[in-house]
Amino acid sequence: MNHMMLYALVGVGLFTIGLYALIVHAQLLRKILAINVMGSGVFLILVTLATRHQELLPDPVPHAMVITGIVVAASATALALALMLSLRAATGQDTLIEPSE
Amino acid sequence: MKNNEQVGKMFHMLLILLLFVMAVWLGYVVLHLRASPPGLNALVGTSLDTSGVSNPVTAVLLNFRGYDTLLEMGVLLLALLGVLSLGSASDSRETPPGLVLDFLSRLLVPVLILVSGYLLWAGAHAPGGAFQAGAVLGAAAVLLLLSGWHLGEQFSGLLLRAVLILGIGVFILAGIVLIIFSGNFLEYPQSLAGAMILMIETAAMLSIGVTLAALFQGIAPTGGQDK
Repeated sequence: MNHMMLYALVGVGLFTIGLYALIVHAQLLRKILAINVMGSGVFLILVTLATRHQELLPDPVPHAMVITGIVVAASATALALALMLSLRAATGQDTLIEPSE
Repeated sequence: MKNNEQVGKMFHMLLILLLFVMAVWLGYVVLHLRASPPGLNALVGTSLDTSGVSNPVTAVLLNFRGYDTLLEMGVLLLALLGVLSLGSASDSRETPPGLVLDFLSRLLVPVLILVSGYLLWAGAHAPGGAFQAGAVLGAAAVLLLLSGWHLGEQFSGLLLRAVLILGIGVFILAGIVLIIFSGNFLEYPQSLAGAMILMIETAAMLSIGVTLAALFQGIAPTGGQDK
């Protein structure tokens, strides 16, 4: 238990807040943002867990995984936004809920 | 109608409660993770000398786990293909950039290019590397695009395509050449490892930067057969 664990707990908090927003909001843009917040939480936890052994240097493998993950998350977000924009252009709405009337 | 609202509120409270329980549980798990598997730290430390770079993160990314990075370049390219195949649905309006944006972008873009070059070079021995450098390069390109700059016709055809696939192309080519010389895919000979990593990283940086900017704008290469 050290101060680094505070960052891991913040990561857990970010993940939970993101999950809440993902469930509650219907708009796709908010869902995409929520998934990004969740991902940031996971990255924060991974980076923190790399420093679990205080006597050693941080483990470089989780750091490399996070760098890879950030690039993949950025490109997936771009694809999701493009899909959202074309949905909006095709149907004029920004949720996946069928209009009731 | 009132009933529905109440049920909805109840579910909302239930959701908050469940998420709270999940957060407490996750926090407990994270705090009490066993420290006994020491991770790959020692292994990376002992083989760092043979990797050609002295920054362990770069060694893992480009040497020990080169496959990951190679496939990641593929993911980036696939995402771009996905975005481009959707077509440009956005109807962007353009206004000429203000004086501040115009001046600052002229001032900042050369600095950003310099910083990305530095990050690439520093990646061998300090935090940095192709992805960070590529991200800075991409940011410079996005800044240019936002301030009303356009890619000239002469560059947006074959040259743009070539730069987009340069990263993964050089990576695969290096892998294949290394199969011939050392027998294994992406197993660098120790004397050449540093130079090969720098070469792959340079190509990857250019590709990442241009791909990120293209993802942002949905720039499609022109002059293809579909047009």
